[in-house]
Amino acid sequence: MSGILKSSVGRKFAMALSAFFLMIFLVMHVSINFTSVFSEELFNNMSHFMGTNPLVQGLMQPILIFGVIFHFVMGFVLEYKNRQSREVSYAKNVPSGNSSWVSRNMLLSGVVILAFLALHFYDFWIHEMTVKYVEGDMSGLVDANNPESGFRYYEELREKFVSPVRVGIYAVSFVLLSLHLLHGFNSAFQSVGANNKYVKSLKGFSKVYAIGVPALFIFIALFHHFTH
Amino acid sequence: MMNLTLKIWRQKNANDKGKIVDYPVSGISPDMSFLEMLDVLNQELIEKGEEPVAFDHDCREGICGTCSLYINGRAHGPQTRITACQLHMRSFNDGDTIYIEPWRAKAFPVIKDLIVDRSSFDRIQQAGGFISVNTSGNTQDANAIPIEKEHADKSFDAATCIGCGACVASCKNSSAMLFVSAKVSQFALLPQGQVEATDRVLNMVKQMDAEGFGNCTNTGACEVECPKGISLENIARMNREYLAASLKG
Repeated sequence: MSGILKSSVGRKFAMALSAFFLMIFLVMHVSINFTSVFSEELFNNMSHFMGTNPLVQGLMQPILIFGVIFHFVMGFVLEYKNRQSREVSYAKNVPSGNSSWVSRNMLLSGVVILAFLALHFYDFWIHEMTVKYVEGDMSGLVDANNPESGFRYYEELREKFVSPVRVGIYAVSFVLLSLHLLHGFNSAFQSVGANNKYVKSLKGFSKVYAIGVPALFIFIALFHHFTH
Repeated sequence: MMNLTLKIWRQKNANDKGKIVDYPVSGISPDMSFLEMLDVLNQELIEKGEEPVAFDHDCREGICGTCSLYINGRAHGPQTRITACQLHMRSFNDGDTIYIEPWRAKAFPVIKDLIVDRSSFDRIQQAGGFISVNTSGNTQDANAIPIEKEHADKSFDAATCIGCGACVASCKNSSAMLFVSAKVSQFALLPQGQVEATDRVLNMVKQMDAEGFGNCTNTGACEVECPKGISLENIARMNREYLAASLKG
């Protein structure tokens, strides 16, 4: 078992495991975000729970951050090694004849998603960490000294989607995420050795997931932009 | 008859930088095979006192896996499920320009012109692509061992890999996983292959990585370009075998 990450198969396996973890996280994230479309109270309560629960904050959040960093770092490591494996390029190459654009450009879509994540962290995560752990305000209230002021999460979310530029960036990023998932979902199963009749039957589901989840994120951003 | 412009990779030896050289050829019959067309070109070059184009070939009927040409941006040319020697000039049009290049991979260094050194495949095979059979005279008849038909068929399909290297040539990462997985699978699916299964997959993957092949990113290009249609299922099987062997070992 030792040294499995030094092998090409082991690295791909680890990459796939982190991908599965992130895909499950995405479902949870979009589910919570979607509540903001129909219930301000439910969204606020869920956000407050996720933002203050010790298990989520102390255990799940660090695991998530590790998963994100691992997935990106391993992606770059694999890309670097792959580029080393062909020192001279073909004078004429027609890769479109044997493979899809999305499968050949996972790094490109991944880098766009990484840039988006930087914006996303700047927009929400750094702000949350500052309020809670620097300023020490764990109340989640608009005014920490006024319990009647209500939770701040819903209004903060809507405020972020006022700018059409930010909404545009979010939309483009989620389109790239969709392309990334269109290949990544099935690729992860292949990397862990699952390529049988049951997994093949998941191909339809993978398209629904890869298009549906990012589309929901875009819908939420557009909803708040146009209803603010 | 067809008139063509060939753009062929010429490289004197492994240390030469190499370049694409243009060769106009005329009077090519659509019924010629691609290698026969190269024979015509070489005959003309010899008659002119020039160095003929070096290219690999042996059986010329799609069995040996020796011919290894990247033709117009595709391994073995524009058709699928065939080798370069099975490609005919009727697949091209009069006046076409055709690029002819060697396989490109760090693990397949160019020896001369269109010939590459594929001994990395041999070393992977030597690392475990075999079964050790007692041939003392008491060897059991393999046909006496009952084998589920589905497994026998899949093993046979994997064993049809001719080791041409088109999978490596067409993969954007120069990954050899389709080849290695076919060699692992053909034994992993049969009872005779079980005894050495753990060592086989660990050693073959280790050798594959040591040769400098890239990682599989599941683009599927290898499966499309494979002249024998080796399935990506074999890569998944090898991954399973490798992970299980790693846990044991």
